[in-house]
Amino acid sequence: MTKTITFTLNGEIRSFSVSADEKLIDLLRRHDYKGVKWGCGEGSCGACTVLIDAKTAYSCITYAFLADGKDVWTIEGIGSIDSPHPIQKALIDEGAVQCGFCIPGMVLSAKALFDKNSTPNKDAIKEYMDGNLCRCTGYEKIYTALQKVSASNEEVSND
Amino acid sequence: MTKIILKDKIFKVVNKSIGKIDGLYLSQGKPSYVADFVPRNALHVKMLWSSHPHAKIKSIDISKAERMPGVKGVLYHGNVPRIPHCTAGQGYPEPSPYDTFMFDTKVRFVGDRVAAVAAETLEAAEAAIEMIEVKYELLEPVLSIDDALKENSPVIHDEPDAYVPIPIPFEPEKNIAARVGMESGNFEKGLKDADFIFDQTYETGYAQHTPIETYVSLAHIDNLGRVVIQTSTQVPFHCRRIVAQTLDIPIRKIRVIKPRVGGAFGCKQEMLLEDVVAMFAMRTNRPVFFRLTREETFKYGRTRHPIRFRMQYGLKKNGDITALGMDAINNTGAYGGHGLTVMSCCGSKVFPLYHVNNIHFDAKAVYTNLPVGGAYRGFGATQAFFAVESMMDEMAEAIEMDPVEFRKMNHIRTGETHPAFAALGEGKDGTPMTIGSCGLAECIEKGAKEIGWHRRTSHKGKTGRIRRGIGMCCLMQGSSVPEIDMGAASMKMNEDGSFNLNVGATDLGTGSDTVLAQIAAEVLETTVDKMIVYSSDTDMTPFDVGAYASSTTYLSGEAVRKTASKIKEQIVRVAAEMLDKKINELEVLNETVITKDGGEKVSFSEISQYSLYENNQFQIAALESHITHKSPPPFSAHFIEIEVDMETGKIQVLKYVAAIDCGTAINPALAEGQVEGSVLNGISYALTEEYRFNKNGMMLNPSFKTYNIFSMRDLPELKTILVPSYEETGPYGAKSVSEICINGAMPGIGNAFYNATGVRLHKAPFTRERVWKTLQQSQ
Repeated sequence: MTKTITFTLNGEIRSFSVSADEKLIDLLRRHDYKGVKWGCGEGSCGACTVLIDAKTAYSCITYAFLADGKDVWTIEGIGSIDSPHPIQKALIDEGAVQCGFCIPGMVLSAKALFDKNSTPNKDAIKEYMDGNLCRCTGYEKIYTALQKVSASNEEVSND
Repeated sequence: MTKIILKDKIFKVVNKSIGKIDGLYLSQGKPSYVADFVPRNALHVKMLWSSHPHAKIKSIDISKAERMPGVKGVLYHGNVPRIPHCTAGQGYPEPSPYDTFMFDTKVRFVGDRVAAVAAETLEAAEAAIEMIEVKYELLEPVLSIDDALKENSPVIHDEPDAYVPIPIPFEPEKNIAARVGMESGNFEKGLKDADFIFDQTYETGYAQHTPIETYVSLAHIDNLGRVVIQTSTQVPFHCRRIVAQTLDIPIRKIRVIKPRVGGAFGCKQEMLLEDVVAMFAMRTNRPVFFRLTREETFKYGRTRHPIRFRMQYGLKKNGDITALGMDAINNTGAYGGHGLTVMSCCGSKVFPLYHVNNIHFDAKAVYTNLPVGGAYRGFGATQAFFAVESMMDEMAEAIEMDPVEFRKMNHIRTGETHPAFAALGEGKDGTPMTIGSCGLAECIEKGAKEIGWHRRTSHKGKTGRIRRGIGMCCLMQGSSVPEIDMGAASMKMNEDGSFNLNVGATDLGTGSDTVLAQIAAEVLETTVDKMIVYSSDTDMTPFDVGAYASSTTYLSGEAVRKTASKIKEQIVRVAAEMLDKKINELEVLNETVITKDGGEKVSFSEISQYSLYENNQFQIAALESHITHKSPPPFSAHFIEIEVDMETGKIQVLKYVAAIDCGTAINPALAEGQVEGSVLNGISYALTEEYRFNKNGMMLNPSFKTYNIFSMRDLPELKTILVPSYEETGPYGAKSVSEICINGAMPGIGNAFYNATGVRLHKAPFTRERVWKTLQQSQ
């Protein structure tokens, strides 16, 4: 049984045919949104993180039909090669990208955090990023990069 | 070519924290990994895994599965070649038993292969798996090293055709997969001469690498009928060789390509899926994709070997160590791939750290019906340092010496050697070696200062529910496997003054493509953006053993430096012809060749265009290989402050200082990243990561929800201190950095725990439950 759903994907209105049990990650990757990574299939590692109505969601355990009518963002909608998002830029500058497999999910979780609170403190960063696992970096440089984004947002708001 | 000594040179590209060349693309989620390249017409594979720990397969009926909709093929022992091989990717012939078959008539652990299905969809493959009918004859399982070594224990590898390809100890009838050891000086006399004798047991458990990308492979048949395997591997060339062996096809029929890898840490130093996708692709002429689920990865994937150590030491009152004894039993699980080499590294990467001449070392790798041990960052040194560095603190305590002073008095220094280097190799003798660079004294000094070692007080005065402790440990590792590992690089020059740098070396996310580009750019007086790096493709790049044994920067880096130096000679020769000068009148500077008086110059792009289009045309190109004659150890000192909750057994790391001498850090930010990643993995391994088994040897917690790896919330204050030294045999003075720092958390936290509580932890991991029980028993 399939159904046509319509939602905003990275700012564009798109319609897709989905089956009842299809997960959002499979729908997205099937349509070449390959930045959505599969790491556990059980909503633990965060590599598949997308934003749905500005909140993070594990797309590997989210039924695709639940995106109907929503505002969905994947890594493909965040920054570009010529103009990376400040979070991406901070991660690259800090040397926080090792294998890179967790990074799209990290970027989206961080974006959700900064969109809610542009100047999160250290504890808020640690707490919010808890759902995204990384085995390469030990988190230190990701954490430092996000602190720098927060500090630079603070400077902007003080100007 | 003469060796250029560059010690006093100011680097232009090397030793700089240049951004990783693929960082921007990865941060934007560009298609990069194996699963991103699966064609729409690919078949999907599902494996039927054994649910029994030890059983003979009496019969398999695949006929119903074959008739299921969408099914394109079923593989099992009845329709594939039976060729004994070893899945571990190592030098050839391997120092390992050939005890594995593509599909066998026997299963040896819960998670062993029984049969595989390829179908149009994953769901169709899953459905077909259910229709395979298997009749087993259940055998008594062997679920511990003690049971494995008992007289009349069931024999796990009773197949007659398993063998070792080189003469190494292999006694499958006793469940011994491999044995290694050394005797140096007179161990018994060393114990007799001692004022204090120690005899203790330390034990570590199963753990897994858990890269966020699981095992994943994709194969297709190209237009010339060759099988092309894109796979998440650390060892593309070994993988090609082992697939050829397993499928009984020529190496020339196989191409292995490694795209970006989503983490590995040793677990992808094996050929685990590639034979299956290749065989299905050859039989169906369709692209074939196989990715393990997280549960399958935990159960079927490789693990860190659990090891039990009996440690004996002799010690003089003045702090001289008179004897060191290590008897190790390594649980290699159902197959013996890395059994010997991991045990060898328990000695070779550990004993040389301290002066001691009287050594007894005996290690056995024992088969059990449990998950298979493999390569895992740290590789034996991780387990052995838990025992050795805990013992160092026990000994310091006995003679009332400060643990830091005790280590300072005993550790190896530049210009010294150790008998373990010559004694312990990989299936043969090791390589004698003198330490050419050692910054350990400075690591200890800087680390002690950073943690505030002077604040440390004895455990005796500590009371109350929450107690703090400070501990430390010292570490070493190696850099490549000497006289065995080889890496090669090729380069060519393009019209715009850029270069193609093709390396067999395998970037797993470590940043080795960037590091190697920096080395080439340094030689050639150019910038990293002029280097087009392509790595790990068995058709297109020269050979390299792959990413293991902390080898890439030190070994492959030197191959790149030699290749770039040859290119530089050719560039100067062409420039001499263009400028009508002698070679010795010219120097290379900032992408130009310039006369030493500065009067005339030609740019790299002019030189390349001249060489390709104008006169005496030829391609400026070179290829060089490198082997190493030593394995210079990086050194590290770790200092850790913890808090212990005496009522719950919870250990909280407050601050972790890792000071490391990795020679010249080619890219300091990436080197720090290696330290931070390995340290946090080490803490997680020491405190929470544990395989739990049922009575059948089935792993009970195959999920991130029940196998806890650290998240950002668990990150303590982490301080990395790079202590430069200069290793003359490495590229621009570099040694390795990738593995060593995973070894510190277990002994360092154990020592801090003792300092907090006065209780010694002999068994890892230090889960709350185990710690709580240990505290209860000590009261």
